[in-house]
Amino acid sequence: MLARRIIPCLDVREGKVVKGVKFRNHEIIGDIVPLAEQYAQQGADELVFYDITASSDQRVVDKSWVSRIAQVIDIPFCVAGGIKSVQDAGRILEMGADKISVNSPALADPELITRLHDTFGQQCVVVGIDSYFNEQSQQYEVYQFTGDEKRTQNTGRLTADWVLEVQQRGAGEIVLNCMNQDGVRQGYDIAQLSQIRAVCNVPLIASGGAGEKHHFYDVYKQADVDGALAASVFHKGIIPIPELKDFLRAQGIIIRDEFVQTTA
Amino acid sequence: MSVTNALQKTVIINTGCANISSVKFALQRLTQNVTVSDDPDVIYAADKLILPGVGSANAAMQSILSKQLSGCIQSLTQPVLGVCLGMQLMVTDSQEKAHKSNAIDTACLNLIPGKVKRMEVGNLRLPHMGWNTVDPVEQNSIFKGIPSGTYFYFVHSFAVDVYAHTLATSQYEMPFSAAIHKDNFYGVQFHPERSGDAGATLMENFLKL
Repeated sequence: MLARRIIPCLDVREGKVVKGVKFRNHEIIGDIVPLAEQYAQQGADELVFYDITASSDQRVVDKSWVSRIAQVIDIPFCVAGGIKSVQDAGRILEMGADKISVNSPALADPELITRLHDTFGQQCVVVGIDSYFNEQSQQYEVYQFTGDEKRTQNTGRLTADWVLEVQQRGAGEIVLNCMNQDGVRQGYDIAQLSQIRAVCNVPLIASGGAGEKHHFYDVYKQADVDGALAASVFHKGIIPIPELKDFLRAQGIIIRDEFVQTTA
Repeated sequence: MSVTNALQKTVIINTGCANISSVKFALQRLTQNVTVSDDPDVIYAADKLILPGVGSANAAMQSILSKQLSGCIQSLTQPVLGVCLGMQLMVTDSQEKAHKSNAIDTACLNLIPGKVKRMEVGNLRLPHMGWNTVDPVEQNSIFKGIPSGTYFYFVHSFAVDVYAHTLATSQYEMPFSAAIHKDNFYGVQFHPERSGDAGATLMENFLKL
């Protein structure tokens, strides 16, 4: 049976792992490679590295850390942030990343998703979507440039419409960041994720809001997401991954077991 | 760490796709002499070969044909491990075609009989992406020490049915070949280079063949 994925997300700025609350006030958590190794050893199913400065700052960002991670990590990982072209994506994949994730650049140029799909195949192409619940319109809306508070803006697109479009253009996976929940550890946005699940035929990853073990259970069980992404609860040691996996298994969620070699 | 004879030469056949690095790094964690090449002389001289591949079957076959490597690969007698799309290239043909083309199925390398088809998974999602359990048909050769129910990492939308050449099975709405084998040719649908200790064990077994 296919296991539900537990995915620590490491926000990267200037080669360090950082974390902010509601996308703001970033604090340094630690160095990338040892943290990545630690998560792989603890049983994380996959890692996402999100270069939060890249999309906003309009500059070439040093990505040599991708190759350093690929040399030591034996679980899949995805790199997000600042990938604006097929060339950018190619460089990241050549350094050993398994997937690349695009967000703001895909909103500026939706055709980018098609070109990435045609060049590297659907399995490499992840689209990240920052979605905010607008109290006034009572709708979920897509935001861009969320790495920089000053430039963060509403794109005028409804989240469900964008989810449909990116699938048509060849996205192989969608990560839905529910901005209202991000960093506040009150649980994933089950209502929104369920709504998006209904229109999403590729793997869907929940992001934003994990604070307790049962939040993972709730989002797998109620929103039927393929994976759940979290940052601060892992970085701050609030939820140790082995303990989370045991808890979820006990609740009947299919979770990857550790490999035990048999002796012939 | 090295699990093999230091003189053993492992060559990754450069099929022209972007991400060969993860396979290369994974092999380098297990053995010393790893090279990436599309030179037939280097390929023939290898002790072990890896046929990697991501992207589409059609694009990968075009790249192999343009590099005039198909005859070379077909004549190999040393152990060859196809990974993911590399495994799919080992069979007779694939339903995965060039975008927007009405062309017939993509002809593959025909190292092992068989056909790659698009998976039919009902309400489940494609690509089949994530960690899934694998059941080896027999626990010898590359699955030595790997029990039934071991998790490996998969990313694919096309697959080979379970048939005479199946070496291990998996299930995603439908049963499919997680690994295939004929003579010196081995193929795995999953990514051993991204499957943690289980994947390392499988690659180690292959390097020790």
